[in-house]
This record gives sequence, C-alpha cells and structure tokens, in this order.
Amino acid sequence: MSSLQSYLLLSSLLFSIGLAGALTRRNAILVLIGIELMLNAANLNFIAFWRYGPNPEALTGIMFTIFSISIAAAEAAVGLSIILAAYRHCRTTNLDEMNSLKG
Amino acid sequence: MVLAVLTVAGTVAAMGLRNAVHCVLALTLGFAGIAMFYLQLGAQFVGFTQILVYVGAVAILAVFAIMMTHNDKPMAPPASSSPWILGGVAAAAVFAVLAWAIVSSTPSTSCQPPQPGATVQQIGDALMHRFVLPLEIMGLLLTAALIGAVVIAMDRREEMK
Repeated sequence: MSSLQSYLLLSSLLFSIGLAGALTRRNAILVLIGIELMLNAANLNFIAFWRYGPNPEALTGIMFTIFSISIAAAEAAVGLSIILAAYRHCRTTNLDEMNSLKG
Repeated sequence: MVLAVLTVAGTVAAMGLRNAVHCVLALTLGFAGIAMFYLQLGAQFVGFTQILVYVGAVAILAVFAIMMTHNDKPMAPPASSSPWILGGVAAAAVFAVLAWAIVSSTPSTSCQPPQPGATVQQIGDALMHRFVLPLEIMGLLLTAALIGAVVIAMDRREEMK
C-alpha cells in the first residue's frame, strides 16, 4: 500500500468518525463539530493529492485548502450564532427537543 | 503511525464523550494531529493555518457556545438506541465503501516525487496573481459572515420593548 493510500484511508476514517458524530449526537454544537471534522478530512485529502499528484508546483491543493479553511471558519461562526439564537428561543440545544417551527 | 493513532483517538473521543466541553478539548487534539499531518506532507503554511484557525479559533468558539448554552437541567436521557445504531452503521458503511475504493485502486505513480517547495512566498505570489479573485470573494464572504453572525446572535428583546 502506497503512502498516498494510507493518507486517503486515514482521511476516510476521519470522515466516517465525523459522520457518525453528526448523525448520532443530540447536542447541536457537537453535530456542528462533526461537520467540521468531515471538512477537515476533505482538506487532508486535498493536501495528500497535492503532495503526491503530478504537478505539485501549481499549488492548487494548498489554495483549495486555504479557502476551504476560511469558509469553514465563517461557517462555524454563523452556525454557532444560529445555535445561540435557537437556544435563546427554545432554551435547549438538544436537537430532539427542537421540534417546532414558528413555535 | 503514532500520529494517526493519536488523531483518530482524539476524534473518536470528541465524538464519543458525554461531557461536551471534554469533547471539544479532545477535538483540539484531533485538529492538532491533522495539522501535524499537513506539516508532514510539506504544507507548512496550511499546517500553521490549521492550528491558528481550528485549535485557536473554532475550538474556543465552540467552548464559548457550549458554556453560553449550558443549563442546569438534568441531562436528557440518552437517545433511544435505534438512531444511535443506525448512525453508526451508516458511518461504518460509508467508511467500508471508501476504504474498498481506495484499497482496490491502483496508484498512478509509485515513485516518490521530489519534495515540492511550498514556501510562503510562492503561496503569496499565487494568491496575488492567479487566485486574486477568489481571495477577494473570500474577504467579502468573511465580512458578510462576521456581520451576519453578529446580527443573528444579537439579543433583540430590547428592541421589541
């Protein structure tokens, strides 16, 4: 097994862990964190393919990762503020108890 | 290998622990491990950006959000076991398919390419020339996200009075 494949296996494992967390946790913040973990696994893929790809001097993998990290930061800020607003409304962050729209 | 075990252990702990603050602290371990992988792959700038943004900002933001939404109500009873098992099975199936695809694929280049130099100067040149439009759009997006986050999280009860 080549080195690239082991990196890809690791990142798919991280992706699955994030997916499992996002699907099973009941706390909204931890669901958001699971999604962040999935984004990180994708970033690791970009870097691994950039490193072992045909022309690494183009720096496209690095650029994509940098933009993806900044988008993920913006997403985390907006997502957490949405969770704060929802908490102020429902007094809970448990996703099972947030079961009403326009309540 | 040690790094991989550490990263996976941190992320598993982050998704498995019961106390939410402990989850975020374990998650910083996982993010730091991913940053170490970036350094190992020769992407120094991305590695330090990862530490700065994720370990420094996102984790702290999550801890603050958990503290602000913490209430003294007794913890809700754990969710019924069927969605728990369903989610785990779905994630395991996704991992199985991905791992099968990765292992069965044939690597195009078996030889180790020379270590590419990704200096900060090269990255800056690329950002200022080839990727200048995405950079500007990213700045606009970050500004919009900043304003939007403040507007969403603002307490409107004073205005309504």
